Amino acid sequence: MQICRWGLLFFLLLAWEVAARLGWIDSFIFSQPSRILRTYWTMAQSDLLYHMQVTVGETLAGFLLGAAAGVLLAILLWWSPFVSRVSEPYLVVLNSLPKIALGPVIIILAGAGTRAIVFMALAISLVVTVLEMLSGFRDTDPGAIRMAHTFGATKGQLFCKIVLPYNIPTLFDSLKVNIGLSLVGVIAGEFLVSRAGLGYLIVYGGQVFKMDLVMASVIILAVVAALLYESVVLVQRLVGRRFGHT
Amino acid sequence: MAVLSVEGVRQVYQSPAGETVALQDISFTMEKGDFFSLVGPSGCGKSTLLSIIAGTLRPTAGRVTVAGEEVTGPNPHIGYMLQQDNLLEWRSIRQNVLFGLEIRHQLTPELRDRADHLLETYGLAEFANSRPSQLSGGMRQRVALIRTLAVGPDILLLDEAFSALDYQTRMEVTEDVYGIIRREQVTALMVTHDIAESICMGDQVLILSPRPAVIRETLPITFDLPVRTPLRCRGCPAFASYFDHIWKELGMHETDSDPSGSLAGESPVSAAE
Repeated sequence: MQICRWGLLFFLLLAWEVAARLGWIDSFIFSQPSRILRTYWTMAQSDLLYHMQVTVGETLAGFLLGAAAGVLLAILLWWSPFVSRVSEPYLVVLNSLPKIALGPVIIILAGAGTRAIVFMALAISLVVTVLEMLSGFRDTDPGAIRMAHTFGATKGQLFCKIVLPYNIPTLFDSLKVNIGLSLVGVIAGEFLVSRAGLGYLIVYGGQVFKMDLVMASVIILAVVAALLYESVVLVQRLVGRRFGHT
Repeated sequence: MAVLSVEGVRQVYQSPAGETVALQDISFTMEKGDFFSLVGPSGCGKSTLLSIIAGTLRPTAGRVTVAGEEVTGPNPHIGYMLQQDNLLEWRSIRQNVLFGLEIRHQLTPELRDRADHLLETYGLAEFANSRPSQLSGGMRQRVALIRTLAVGPDILLLDEAFSALDYQTRMEVTEDVYGIIRREQVTALMVTHDIAESICMGDQVLILSPRPAVIRETLPITFDLPVRTPLRCRGCPAFASYFDHIWKELGMHETDSDPSGSLAGESPVSAAE
């Protein structure tokens, strides 16, 4: 299976290269693997790493802030049914609103720079995290809660010893979604304001019709996305070993 | 001094249809080491009574004292065993057993040792570091019992504790739990709808009437056995006559309960949780 997977990739790249060489597709628009490779070579000598660092840094910042704020808000809403009932319709609306539409507002609030980009990543992952964690908290096994009550557990104990550990899998499910969402936020933010990052490279490449640069950046972005996702999976595995979850 | 005394407990519910008297006037006492079974027609308020004793529900009138203290809310004198074992999968068996002590901030070295000792006595020492999912249903129920006993309750309440198990496991677990309760000389009150179970575990069976519930009869159970275990009780000739007796007492021949009533009778229990 592994062979087939890599074989497919190799075949597609080969087909792409051949099609471009034989003039079946316009390599000015579609680029071609050999030119992309050459682009990497030039980029690697100058600033490729720097742009990657910027994007990864912004994504991680937005991701961690979004996850932390989301979990804290979910705890607050779980704790107080009143607050939760009041805020429910707002959350639903905010959840369905495309956060990218808030771009201009965020730029004005946070300034056109890194802060706005991080803010965008945070905004895009926050509400989803809140909703997902809250529904996880609420779906905690009622039997376990009743059992804790029979020992006279306080609400704080109930949360720390039952609800939170019960929802470690929910947390990681939501983190896996969030790392992707944060990247979407960062790229959208970089499209709008930045002077650096992979999103900037893509926009810049498009504006000056350097499709090799666009393609090269998109591929790097795919690799970065996969690596970020895999690191969440890795952390999950480490935590899982400790808590005995799957 | 009685471990548990229930004095003139009465429970009345307000519902849109009017007042419902669930418990009329319930009084009984239990001494240390007693094992009472509580049976009654469904919807008669067995579980309500248990909730009142556990302190999760306040009676309309009357009082309950456990170990000489009046019950006014959930309190450390009471151990409660539920239908499900509710073991926490992210904790080892040992950590599960220590859960109650942890919640009550009683993780002292002595009580830890006691919990370890219980694990060892009841053949769970080798599983101390296992996860609950690695144990059989019967073993899990045993762990749940030890978790409850680890906090050293004065009285153990069993609320249909075995009804979630399949028949064979149920026989094993009943045998097992009975043995542990007797050996640890725990005072226990068990609510059940299973007449056979009430006979083979209880020293006395309290038979409740349909609503408004009173104790219709307190039936002492004695078997002519050198060592009493639930399974052996089932084989005794006396078992059948006790069974018939209770069956008749619970019989539907008088004050047949109305179908809507049985539903209303259960609702206050869930409200109390």
